[in-house]
Amino acid sequence: MNTLVSSTIRCLRVGSVCWTGLRIDGHVSYSSTRLLCAAAGKKKDFAEMVKKDKVVVFMKGTPAQPMCGFSNAVVQILRMHGVDKYGAYNVLDDQDLREGVKAFSNWPTIPQVFFNGEFVGGCDILLQMHQNGDLVEELNKLGIRSALLEEEDDGKSK
Amino acid sequence: MEITIDHIRNKLTTEIGAVHVEVEDTSPNRCAASFKVLVVSPQFEGKPLLHRHRMVNSCLAKELEVIHAFEQKTLTPEQWEKLKAQ
Repeated sequence: MNTLVSSTIRCLRVGSVCWTGLRIDGHVSYSSTRLLCAAAGKKKDFAEMVKKDKVVVFMKGTPAQPMCGFSNAVVQILRMHGVDKYGAYNVLDDQDLREGVKAFSNWPTIPQVFFNGEFVGGCDILLQMHQNGDLVEELNKLGIRSALLEEEDDGKSK
Repeated sequence: MEITIDHIRNKLTTEIGAVHVEVEDTSPNRCAASFKVLVVSPQFEGKPLLHRHRMVNSCLAKELEVIHAFEQKTLTPEQWEKLKAQ
């Protein structure tokens, strides 16, 4: 499994470079979902890391290639809401990242989702928020309009 | 530490007053590597989802160190009755 993981996943190290000048006038400019890797050997500042984007996910694998069903579920849920621009950290790249985020959020499992730097929960919680409509509301608070609302509007206008 | 379905059920019952617990071993060979639990407890009343999940997590903190994957659903007795009625 480990061989499979390491051979399939290549960390796209865009981390520190990509963040330079990212926030201009408080706006975040995106091109696509960024894959974030903290510099190896450096002490991680999770409080900073979780604020890198409005939505930040610590997951196994990448949004393009999730390596675990639960991480995949989070990616799919976000996709359904049209959220494809978010910070994603691949914990399989870095054992310190994997254990560090668990300690930081006092949460024992991966994936972990953060909105505006605040811990939201894991896969179960995101799924339930999706099912009971809370997710649309929470995204709205972040200034993100859920794609599901667009669909609803389309449905009404037809 | 051997983790069994009964062990998880007993712990949730005694420590967070669960009135109904369903535990499923979701690992491919039923080798106690992953579990899915449904916990119904009056102690969840008035508590947000994150808080409820944290209660379960801390109750099973030791077990979760060795469990590979863990899914949970946390309901109040009222929510559980509603779900059953559906």
